[in-house]
Amino acid sequence: MATDLELALFVFMLATFIGLEVIRKVSPLLHTPLMSLTNAISAISVVGAILITGSATATMLSKVLGFVAITAVVTNIVSGFLITDRMVKMFKKRGVKR
Amino acid sequence: MAHVMQYLYIIAAALFILSLKWMNHPDSSRRGVFAGEIGMLLAIIGTFIGFPGMGGIGVAFVHNWSWIIIAFIIGTVVGVPIAYIMPMTAVPQRTALSHACGALAAALVGTAEFYQRQPHADTELRGFIMVALVIETLLGYLTFTGSLMAMGKLQEVLPQRPITYRNQNLVNFVLFATAAGLAIRLALVPTDTILFPIFAGLSLLFGVLLIIPIGGADMPTVIAILNSYAGLSACAMGFALDSRLLVVAGALDGSSGLILSIIMCKAMNRSFTNVLFGAFGQVQISTAKQEQRSYRSASAEEAASVLEAASSVIIVPGYGLAVAQAQHKIRELYDSLTKRGIDVKFGIHPVAGRMPGHMNVLLAEADIPYDKLVEMDEINGEFPQCDVALVIGANDVTNPKARTDKGSPIYGMPILDVDKARTVMVIKRSMNPGFAGIDNDLYYLDKTLMLFGDAKAFVSELVKELPARAAA
Repeated sequence: MATDLELALFVFMLATFIGLEVIRKVSPLLHTPLMSLTNAISAISVVGAILITGSATATMLSKVLGFVAITAVVTNIVSGFLITDRMVKMFKKRGVKR
Repeated sequence: MAHVMQYLYIIAAALFILSLKWMNHPDSSRRGVFAGEIGMLLAIIGTFIGFPGMGGIGVAFVHNWSWIIIAFIIGTVVGVPIAYIMPMTAVPQRTALSHACGALAAALVGTAEFYQRQPHADTELRGFIMVALVIETLLGYLTFTGSLMAMGKLQEVLPQRPITYRNQNLVNFVLFATAAGLAIRLALVPTDTILFPIFAGLSLLFGVLLIIPIGGADMPTVIAILNSYAGLSACAMGFALDSRLLVVAGALDGSSGLILSIIMCKAMNRSFTNVLFGAFGQVQISTAKQEQRSYRSASAEEAASVLEAASSVIIVPGYGLAVAQAQHKIRELYDSLTKRGIDVKFGIHPVAGRMPGHMNVLLAEADIPYDKLVEMDEINGEFPQCDVALVIGANDVTNPKARTDKGSPIYGMPILDVDKARTVMVIKRSMNPGFAGIDNDLYYLDKTLMLFGDAKAFVSELVKELPARAAA
């Protein structure tokens, strides 16, 4: 059986290749929204921040650091997805009204 | 509930991949954003319902709700106005700020894990977990301060020119080597807690020193590299916490930043190391001083008559457009010319502006149809048949020296072949060389007309001249 580390490395390898292939096909028109979208997606570190803040054994230090971390990534999630949507809405073909 | 959590995570990872896939075309991009939002929501729900605790798993084991909820509320209250109030010209700054926030979060979670796991250091901080933890914090802290520096430069709080001093690369190297050495030591002996604050401090300092020598024109590459680092630190967190969802999302962000920075580097014909350690803009000071050369300038009225007589026009926008906030005026010009049956297109250089795709977003904001925004490789074949090339706020990306002058710092950089158009018009404040201090041969060609003035003011004068002439 593979260890957790080996499984994680396997997942990392596959995800990197999928990422490279998918991103390569992104239209250069949308490179700015792409960056704000991936930024919002990488705010998935909210998972780690919730785990450390909500733990029963969380020390005061963990709670404070976790609190700041959650605030920072939730800002990224909210502003990242909303501004990406605001940007992609602006891309229109000729004659098409929003 | 642990299984439910895992399945939600799998769906979330799939949605993230779809989300990026749908960014391949403007028509499906909104669906892409929506998929990303749902994925994130599922991931957060999954984390709560599968929360690990003493004696079981589930939402009942989550402690410190008040801390978590207040943090969510503050994040939302701050995030919503950022998304809606931020003008499109300030998007590079916002992006830099969000790289900083994301990286800070990863670094802080890593730091908290490091101290919290100290009592069980022999089982929970050994081997690869500790390696992942130091990579997470190193990348997190340096990306945090580095992104803040990039933001300062973009917001023009900090000087845009490179800040350099003697032995800069040596100082940076020694600093990084020390931080890396401490990281290795911590990975081997995680109980050496006294070293951790030093390690974190050095990482923070390195982020500052890494970015200050990089000039404003290189920001598209820098932002892409920082994007990649922020993703990789989230990915390292996934390894430390053994969460495959984090590994996937972090790897997607990391590879996106990597691809964008490769595209940016290619568009400038430079390497990563050259961008990061080259201190662009330093070498040209000697070449900037040259004898006065003659050029032709024209008024808005003359320029308008040239435009009116054209049957095809290619507009080449640059960072100056963003500075002058001229995108809506350019839209008026576009409308006015299109109404006269003139074919108007936009030639977009990959590094025009301060972040990848910056010009496209600005022009789309002004309601210019995206099928008129043409990439460099496609538009270059059209310049020889084009009557007028109108350069607005762009400089180096149109400099023919990049093709011919081997001594020029921008030699080999792919450029827009503006000089091949029948007539070239350049809107520019003055004849002062641009940011990089490189004189542009384009301005001295016989077919070039220099239009002096602020981009926004001059374009609106052009728009005013056009209908007046039609009426006459």
